[in-house]
Amino acid sequence: MRIVVGQGSCGIAAGAAKVYSAIEAQLSSSAELTITGCIGMCFLEPIVDIYDGDALLKRLVKVQPSDAERIIDYVNGNENAVSDIEITDDDKDFLLKQTRIALRHCGVINPEKIEEYVADDGYKALEKVLKTMTPEEVIEEIKVSGLAGRGGAGFPTWFKWNAARQSQGDYKYLICNADEGDPGAFMDRAVIESDPHNLIEGMLIGAYAIGAKEAVVYVRAEYPLAIERLTNAIKEAEEKGYLGENILGSSFSCKMRIKAGAGAFVCGEETALIESLQGERGMPRLKPPFPAQSGYWYKPSNINNVETFANVSWIILNGGAAFAAMGTENSKGTKVFALTGKIKKGGLVEIPMGKTLRDVIFGIGGGIKNDAQFKAVQMGGPSGGCIPAELLDTVIDYKALGATGAIMGSGGMVVMDDSTCMVGMAQFFLDFTAKESCGKCVHCRIGTKRMLEILSRIVKGEGKEGDIELLEELCYSIKDGALCGLGQTAPNPVLTTIKYFRNEYEAHINEKKCPAKSCTDLLSYRIVEDKCRGCTLCSKKCPVNAIIGSVKNPHIIDTEKCIRCGACYNSCKFEAIVME
Amino acid sequence: MSCCNCNKSDLSLIKDVLDKYASVDGSLITILQHAQDIYGYLPTDVLYHIAEKIGSTPAKVMGVATFYSQFRLQPVGKYLIMLCQGTACHVNGSERIEKAIKEELGISDGETTVDGLFTLKNVACLGCCSLSPVMMINDETYGRLTPDKAKEILRNLKAKED
Repeated sequence: MRIVVGQGSCGIAAGAAKVYSAIEAQLSSSAELTITGCIGMCFLEPIVDIYDGDALLKRLVKVQPSDAERIIDYVNGNENAVSDIEITDDDKDFLLKQTRIALRHCGVINPEKIEEYVADDGYKALEKVLKTMTPEEVIEEIKVSGLAGRGGAGFPTWFKWNAARQSQGDYKYLICNADEGDPGAFMDRAVIESDPHNLIEGMLIGAYAIGAKEAVVYVRAEYPLAIERLTNAIKEAEEKGYLGENILGSSFSCKMRIKAGAGAFVCGEETALIESLQGERGMPRLKPPFPAQSGYWYKPSNINNVETFANVSWIILNGGAAFAAMGTENSKGTKVFALTGKIKKGGLVEIPMGKTLRDVIFGIGGGIKNDAQFKAVQMGGPSGGCIPAELLDTVIDYKALGATGAIMGSGGMVVMDDSTCMVGMAQFFLDFTAKESCGKCVHCRIGTKRMLEILSRIVKGEGKEGDIELLEELCYSIKDGALCGLGQTAPNPVLTTIKYFRNEYEAHINEKKCPAKSCTDLLSYRIVEDKCRGCTLCSKKCPVNAIIGSVKNPHIIDTEKCIRCGACYNSCKFEAIVME
Repeated sequence: MSCCNCNKSDLSLIKDVLDKYASVDGSLITILQHAQDIYGYLPTDVLYHIAEKIGSTPAKVMGVATFYSQFRLQPVGKYLIMLCQGTACHVNGSERIEKAIKEELGISDGETTVDGLFTLKNVACLGCCSLSPVMMINDETYGRLTPDKAKEILRNLKAKED
């Protein structure tokens, strides 16, 4: 038997490494202990799978180091030893309702062993390409598949490959954008940590198609485990002859290296990324010329996102038509989403395009935490927007999502309930983009700052009439005046929240109230006389002695002194304190 | 890290890195990353030295060092608290955790405690969204935080040092 501990970053953060050590300490010779990457069920981590050959016997969830002994008991024949930590049928649905292509090996194979990747049809697509297809045929197959850039822009992949192929130049580069910067998105990290060879294979096929001799992966510095596993995978691939000179006996040669980013959101923009690769400040270049003509070191270059490459080997093996058979008219194949926020079952979800937001949030994600009211879902991070509850049946498709004012983006899906303030949300994203603006364009550099100031005033209760209109005006001028995607999309979180939640802005500005009861400065606390038993707990908890009253008599909050910290509200056992 | 008591950095520590990368085009970020690993931060005299060795100007090196959030120009405490400010953590209350840290240690984003033990740094998404709110102290990740839990973790670390 084989005991497999899921060790992606999330799993490790939840304690998977400690579970692994605990099992290792008790391991008998009858079982083998190994690791796998992220299966995407973050809400159940740490996860331990027990296999007999290829058959999955048990999937154990929320495993603690103290469970090690009974896991060994089970392996030794005690069938019931682990029944109470086994995954439920309801939770099994989380995976059963998905269609996995980019994530097909994630949480299944050991990412540190090339043999396991090869045994699961790994590098067969590369072999097929090198032995039976011309670069033009590869590009045609990708064209048939309808694969579009999964990093956010959704630009047809074949078109970029073809442009780089056609471009004149003695030396070309293929670059993978793994600078996954959207807060709330972690699918690229999961692919690199869990299935690094699939990325390498996809990149090699791309390099062959465009005629590149060198490939570079630009990885976010915050992803040390991804860098470690990819470094190991590149070394393995070189040793086995999948990378380097005359790959698999063909005339195609390609080398690959990793460049660790240094933390700048704007480097997700392809020309800023190129500047950063060259050791400069990551500031975008004017386009044209496009990277296909003049990119890294001013040579023809092609840049795709991790998830885009992760689909390529599957497309080559199964045919572009099979990929295109999934999805909608203008969005083909599957897309991976990182489902987080106020959701019951958070994790990675890969589904065919054309499903609805409801299918993902309620069908797979199990609905809202604590059965609260669903309010909105934020898609596309700082470049995207908030889609309200009434649009829950919007289909997942580039056009349909774009029509809401949000974007498909890289796949972050942050779910919010009625306790999230939408003005606060807009402020949060503007704070992010204002900090991350590279400073090159005046509209982006100063415009985002001015918007942030206005939003910060509004959430403090200092909003003025005309603020909403001023915000809108600034939004449109930043969109028009910015050079790159960061600035052009930075106003989206503000525009979508104004569009769908204008009443919340108005409540903040006109009534000085936060409907979600989230903005501290707009809250007030009051003790309901009838309910107060005079237990004095709240007055003891109050850090500023703002609560007065004697034992067994109703207490009163001195609103002048109150700093609205909520300590009294959280301590009261009789629900005698109301927040307004 | 000083060579003696003169507050100058020991520049010999970075010699190997510069021998390897100084003449390779586009290596400035890589050199700075190594320098930070060696010194714990980027001391000004080291930046001047790098500029000289790669044939660039201090302004250019400083420009790159201040552009990226990974680089620090000040030493950090023994425990570097990286508090996640990703969307999921924000929605699940990272602001309250920041307040709790401030109450416990008296430091805000970017500051270090007087005893040199703790530095607080707000960071973009750490990618452990399902455990939000999250903070990372050195290599350890702490998830599903509440203000009280965060304070307790810090108190335990402090107790260890006493």
